[in-house]
Amino acid sequence: MNYQSDDKGYYGMFGGAFIPEMMHQNIDQLQNSYIDIIESKSFKDEFKLLLQDYAGRPSPLYYSDRLSDHYKTHIYLKREDLNHTGSHKINNTIGQILLAKRLGKTRIIAETGAGQHGVATATVCARAGLECIVYMGAVDVARQSPNVEKMKMLGAEVRAVQSGSKTLKDATNEAIRDWINNPVDTHYIIGSVVGPHPYPDMVARFQSVISEEIRIQLKLKVGRETPDYVIACVGGGSNAAGSFYHFLHEPSVKLIAVEAAGLGVETGESAATTQLGKPGILHGSRSLLMQTADGQVIEPYSISAGLDYPGIGPMHANLFTTQRAQFLNATDTEALEAALYLSQKEGIIPALESAHALAALNKIEFKPDDIVVVNVSGRGDKDMETFL
Amino acid sequence: MENRITKLFTKKDKEILSLYFTAGYPELNDTETIISTLEKHGADLIEVGMPFSDPVADGVVIQKSSEIALDNGMTIHLLFEQLKEIRKHVSVPLILMGYLNPVMQFGIENFCKKCSEIGIDGTIIPDLPLEVYESEYKTIFETYSLSNIFLITTQTSDDRIRKIDGLSSGFIYMVSSSSTTGAKGAVDQEQLAYFERISKMELRSKRLIGFGISDKHTFQRACGYSNGAIIGSAFISSITGVGTVTEKVIQFMKKFD
Ligand SMILES: Cc1ncc(COP(=O)(O)O)c(C=O)c1O
Repeated sequence: MNYQSDDKGYYGMFGGAFIPEMMHQNIDQLQNSYIDIIESKSFKDEFKLLLQDYAGRPSPLYYSDRLSDHYKTHIYLKREDLNHTGSHKINNTIGQILLAKRLGKTRIIAETGAGQHGVATATVCARAGLECIVYMGAVDVARQSPNVEKMKMLGAEVRAVQSGSKTLKDATNEAIRDWINNPVDTHYIIGSVVGPHPYPDMVARFQSVISEEIRIQLKLKVGRETPDYVIACVGGGSNAAGSFYHFLHEPSVKLIAVEAAGLGVETGESAATTQLGKPGILHGSRSLLMQTADGQVIEPYSISAGLDYPGIGPMHANLFTTQRAQFLNATDTEALEAALYLSQKEGIIPALESAHALAALNKIEFKPDDIVVVNVSGRGDKDMETFL
Repeated sequence: MENRITKLFTKKDKEILSLYFTAGYPELNDTETIISTLEKHGADLIEVGMPFSDPVADGVVIQKSSEIALDNGMTIHLLFEQLKEIRKHVSVPLILMGYLNPVMQFGIENFCKKCSEIGIDGTIIPDLPLEVYESEYKTIFETYSLSNIFLITTQTSDDRIRKIDGLSSGFIYMVSSSSTTGAKGAVDQEQLAYFERISKMELRSKRLIGFGISDKHTFQRACGYSNGAIIGSAFISSITGVGTVTEKVIQFMKKFD
C-alpha cells in the first residue's frame, strides 16, 4: 500500500483540491510547479542551509532517563521545541517562503491557532522582507497572547477573526477569503498538512526532515534506524506527518497519532476528529470532518489552540482508515498532567499540543526493549497562563 | 421537459435580472414568499442559497445570512420540503447554490433526484471543481436534467474558459472581479477590460455577471457586457431589518422597473 499522495493529491479516497474557481489559478500554479521547485538543487541547498544555520537543525534526539524508568522502556524525545521560534512550524515556513520568492509573490498570509505557525511565518517574512498578515481566531488571540506580541514585534499584522467559533477553522476561512481577494501578489502559507493539493504533500515534505533526522540519530545511538514506536500529536497533522514520513513504509514501526479529546470524546466538547468525524470536505480537501448529519461543520473544542480543529489532513485520514497508524486521544486534564510531569522530571516545558503526545505514553503497553520516539513538537512558553 | 434556463434565454437574452438569497433568512419559512414575490415583481431567474457553516467564497453579508439561516434551523431536507409545491405557482428558472459538503452528505444522486422532482433547473457549487464534476458527477447531473453552472473570474485563462464553455449547459457565471461575494460599488477599469475580453471570445454559452452588482446602475453596466446580472449581497441586505419580507422584496425590485 502507498501512504503517500498520488499525483492528483489523493491519499486513498482523501485529499484532492475542492476549491472555488477564484483560487484555481494559484492552486494550479502550485500544483504544476511545487515538485520542480522544491526538488531543484538551488532550492534544496538554500533550504538545508537555513534549516541548519537559521532554525538550528538538526534538533536533538534526547534519551529521557526518567521517562524511560517510569514507563519501563526506552524513550527518546525529538526536540522540535528547541528550534528557532519554538516549534516544528519553522520547517514548513522556511520552505514555503523560499517557494513564494521563486513564484514572485510579495505578500504573505497565514492562519494560526496556537500562534506558533503565525510566529514562524512572521519570522521568515521579516527575514525575506515580505509583508505578512496573520489571521487568528479572537479566542486564540486571547489565550495565546505572548505569540500575538511576538508576531507584532516581528512586523506582522495580526487580524483577529470574529466569525464562527473564533478559532483555527475560522482563521483558515478568513485566510482563504483574503487569498481570493488578492490572487496576484499573495502566497498563502498554510501551517499544516491540510488544504487543497498540493499543500498536504508539500507541507509533509518540508516537515519530513524530522523523521529523516530521527533515522540518522537513532542509527548513531542504538545502531538501527527504525524505532518501535513514533508518537506525535495531531491538530491538522504536520508534526505527525513529519515524524511519520520516513517510516510510513516500514511496517515494523508503529505510528501513534494523538488527538485532543478536550473534555472527553463523548462530551460534545472535543476535537478528536477520527472518533467523531465522517468523510467530508472543508478547506479544499476531502478528509475526515466533524460535522452534523446535514453537513455543517461542528465547532471543536480543546484546551490546546493548535489542536482545536474539526478536521485532520488527508494523509492522516488515510492512515486512520487503512489502520496504518493507531489514533489515540488525550483529554485537557491528561495533557496538563503530562506537561507538568515532563517539566518536573526532565526540566522540559512542552507546548500543550505536544503534551497530548506525551500523555499517550500512559495508554500504551511497552516492552522493556522497545525504542519509543515522542515528538515534542513545541515548547510551552506560550501556554504559561494556561498552566498556572 | 425542456430546461427552464434554456427556455428563458431563447425568450430573452438581454438584461436578465437574477436574484440570490439565502434560504432560511431572515426567517426560516420565508423561502416560498421571497421566491413568489420576486417572480411577481420582475425577477427572470432566482438562485436559492443553501447555507453552509464555512462559506469561504462569501463576504460578510452572505456569511451572516448563512449563520442566521442555520441558527433558524435551515437544512437541505427542509429546503426541499419548503419547495415541494413551488412549481404549482412559480415558473421562473430556479437554481440551488451552495457548498459541496452539505450536498455530499445529502448524497449527490439523491440530491439531483430531489431537484428534478421539485423542478429545480440548475446548481451552482463553487467548491466543486470542473475536473471533479467532469469525472465524477456529470452523468448524474445529466440524468436528472440539472445544469451545473461554472464560474469564471478575471484570473481564468482563455483555454480554461473555452473548456468551461464547452461543458456549460445553463450559462456561465462571470465573477465580476477577483473577490468574495459582496457589493463593491462602481465597476472599475480592470473589470471593464475583463468584460470586454470575454465578450470578444464569442462563447457559445450565455453569460451572467455576478459579485458586486448592487443597484440599477451597476446592473445596467454589467448588462452591457453580458446577457444579464446576478444580485446577491445587496438584495439580502435590503430584506434585513424592519417591515414584512414581502414589502421589502417589492421595494427592492421597484428600483429595477
Ligand atoms: C507546538 C505545536 N504542536 C502541534 C501543533 C498542531 O499542528 P500539527 O498537527 O499541524 O502539527 C501546533 C499548532 O499550532 C503547535 O503549535
